[in-house]
Amino acid sequence: MNKSILLSGVGGQGTVLASRLIAAAAMDRDEQARTAETIGMSQRGGCVVSHVRIGKDIYSSLIPIGKADMIIGFEAGEAVRVFPYLKNGGTVVVNKSIIAPVTASLSDFQYHAENMIAYLKEHAGKVIVVDGEAIAEKCGSSKVLNMALLGAAIASGELGISMAEMETAVKEKVKPAFLEMNRKALSLGAELN
Amino acid sequence: MSMKFLMGNEAIGLGALHAGVNLVAGYPGTPSTEVLETVAKYRKEINPDVYVEWSVNEKAALEVAAGASYAGARTMVTMKQVGMNVASDPLMCLAYMGIKGGMVLVVADDPGPISSQTEQDTRAFASYCKLPVFDPTSPEEAYCMIQAAFEYSEKYETPVLFRPTTRVCHGCASVQVADGIRIHQPEGFIKDTSKWVIFPRTAYQNHLKIVDRNPEIGEDFSQNRYNQLSGTGKKGIAAGGISYIYAMETLSQETEMPCKMMKVATPYPFPESLALEFLDGLDEVLCLEELDPVIERELIYLCGKHHLNVVIKGKQTGNTASAGEYTVESVKKYIQDFLGAESLKKAGITENLVVPELPQLPVRPPVLCAGCPHRASFYAVKQAMKGKKAVFSGDIGCYTLGNAAPLDMVDTCLCMGAGITMAQGLHRVEPDAVNFAFIGDSTFFASGMTGIVNAVYNETDIILIVLDNATTAMTGHQVHPGTGKTMMGNIVDKISIEKILKAIGIQSVETVDPLALDQAIAAVESAASKKGVKAIIFQSPCVALIKPAQKMQVDADRCIHCKKCIKELGCPAIVKNDDGGAEIDPSLCYGCGICTYLCPVNAISTGKQGGADHE
Repeated sequence: MNKSILLSGVGGQGTVLASRLIAAAAMDRDEQARTAETIGMSQRGGCVVSHVRIGKDIYSSLIPIGKADMIIGFEAGEAVRVFPYLKNGGTVVVNKSIIAPVTASLSDFQYHAENMIAYLKEHAGKVIVVDGEAIAEKCGSSKVLNMALLGAAIASGELGISMAEMETAVKEKVKPAFLEMNRKALSLGAELN
Repeated sequence: MSMKFLMGNEAIGLGALHAGVNLVAGYPGTPSTEVLETVAKYRKEINPDVYVEWSVNEKAALEVAAGASYAGARTMVTMKQVGMNVASDPLMCLAYMGIKGGMVLVVADDPGPISSQTEQDTRAFASYCKLPVFDPTSPEEAYCMIQAAFEYSEKYETPVLFRPTTRVCHGCASVQVADGIRIHQPEGFIKDTSKWVIFPRTAYQNHLKIVDRNPEIGEDFSQNRYNQLSGTGKKGIAAGGISYIYAMETLSQETEMPCKMMKVATPYPFPESLALEFLDGLDEVLCLEELDPVIERELIYLCGKHHLNVVIKGKQTGNTASAGEYTVESVKKYIQDFLGAESLKKAGITENLVVPELPQLPVRPPVLCAGCPHRASFYAVKQAMKGKKAVFSGDIGCYTLGNAAPLDMVDTCLCMGAGITMAQGLHRVEPDAVNFAFIGDSTFFASGMTGIVNAVYNETDIILIVLDNATTAMTGHQVHPGTGKTMMGNIVDKISIEKILKAIGIQSVETVDPLALDQAIAAVESAASKKGVKAIIFQSPCVALIKPAQKMQVDADRCIHCKKCIKELGCPAIVKNDDGGAEIDPSLCYGCGICTYLCPVNAISTGKQGGADHE
């Protein structure tokens, strides 16, 4: 089954690892995967996106507009920014909070998470809101946001990847010292569904 | 064979190792950097005899590889497209001289541009220096094609260019990887002045040989398996690189190929025989390629040469965009316009996609990280120069981001090393201005030193600011001569920037920690009061290399909502809260503490002593 997943966030939030984990989990069960990531200058606090495409007969690693089955938004506003990529009725898994860029702090622009979430809820087929901060606090690190979001994405059933498959991928990619913390974040994310 | 999930650059690096590469040299640059890093990472397990280095710049890398290649080694040189400009001096000559061991230059192009100064096209460079060039469409193709490139290089005893673009370099795919490797044993250097010493006479003779040879390579390329023809009809699409992939994303939806298709994997020397076969019976052709109209011009040339009545469409006819990156959507639109929606049964249907209007979103350009020592350096210079006529010449690296508001401390930026020399030119015209040149540590070694010698020798008045964060930060923290480490994993003596500056003859050289803001400002004021070339080395490691210090917080009771910290620093960790005051995001703060210097009411601190705790 073909799946296109778009991950969006702010440089430094861990989107690249998350996209690699989805691809690795798909490959472990003999599916083909492609990804395209933002690497370079934009990583310094700019918008970053990772495209993940799973399945046969896929040429481009970039997802065409309107063809993403799911958006995983690491930052609520960045989920909105890439919304045109989502297919009609697609699913959005989104972090509850926002990161105000310097440009917003310098201007009078009022940037609020609630407005972003409300937009997503109004227009997407299904929205799962993840309280990334709360899960990070429980796990003792802000670095686990990607796991919490992946957990929620898996639990939605729309990612096409099982928890067991993801846990195997995490075990392969994550340093043993951080494994337990990452597993915990995965399952806390999954509980939200 | 085993299936691996690889980034395009990893596929190229592994492909080169499997092809028996002996020596790899390069200079970091997005989107090329991971090619050499992959060789360094897998060298020990695949072939421990492989030598790999980050050279000081692309020219040095190419010359190191040229020497090894003369001695019969298979070599690879990696760089981004603008690095090719730096390497062009040895490359133009090497094109005349040829090589013995296979030599492939991986030069990554960056349509967009996403992380570059130019949208130059290495395929056009190939035709200028008369060297063959390969243009891979995907990571899996790049893995095989890099191995073919080595073979062509040895077959024709010439350097070969290999130019992936960003989406191939940084795309990941499932790649079939070989288990074994080819072992290439260099023969050693055999002296032959007629072969290895360039003289006008040799250049003339070799020029003739190249002119004869290239059509032969073009014929060879017509048989190359990466160049392909498919489909039938009166209309044809000729495409190369990622544009071919985007075209196939659209055309593969059809049960039958709705037109003729030519995939061009070797744009120079152009596979003319194959192209004539493609053009035969066609009325029109649409060329799909990012950057320059290379395929388009070749086809127009062929039509003229063979009196073919085929209309060639593309950038020069306004049918496709002349600049910027292509996308699946833009290529689909070009194909729909060219073939007509009626000839596309599936891809011709414009889907009824409802895209609701987006709410207002803040712009989010890349910024200097929270805690970045460059912010402190720029702020110190800005404070010291308040009210004075000063011009700030920047350079290439993370610190180019110092141009953004509110710092606004980069007035010029051109290319690697140019800040130092441009500051001299600016000062010649306006001697009453204080001219600063900012340069990072890696850029200093790459191309800063000659400019400083120029400044000292020609008695100019500039202030050189070396932003030494002990790494090549922008491209992902590579080693350089000042770090004391090599890509072979050895610990070596650090080359001291301060000693170099003193040896060049700069009398006033001061090394300061920019996070000690008072001292940093005083150092700039002192330098500005002196004549001649002055240098300040702002030394503080990149935050990505260190653990955060004690994080700062804003005492909401003390904060007077003046927003000075936000307005003057532009630190991403300091945000405006709903009450209009400042707040520090603990997940972003690195505890650099420069905000504590600014706060007029001492509201920012680590929270431990209840007030500002800097010295």
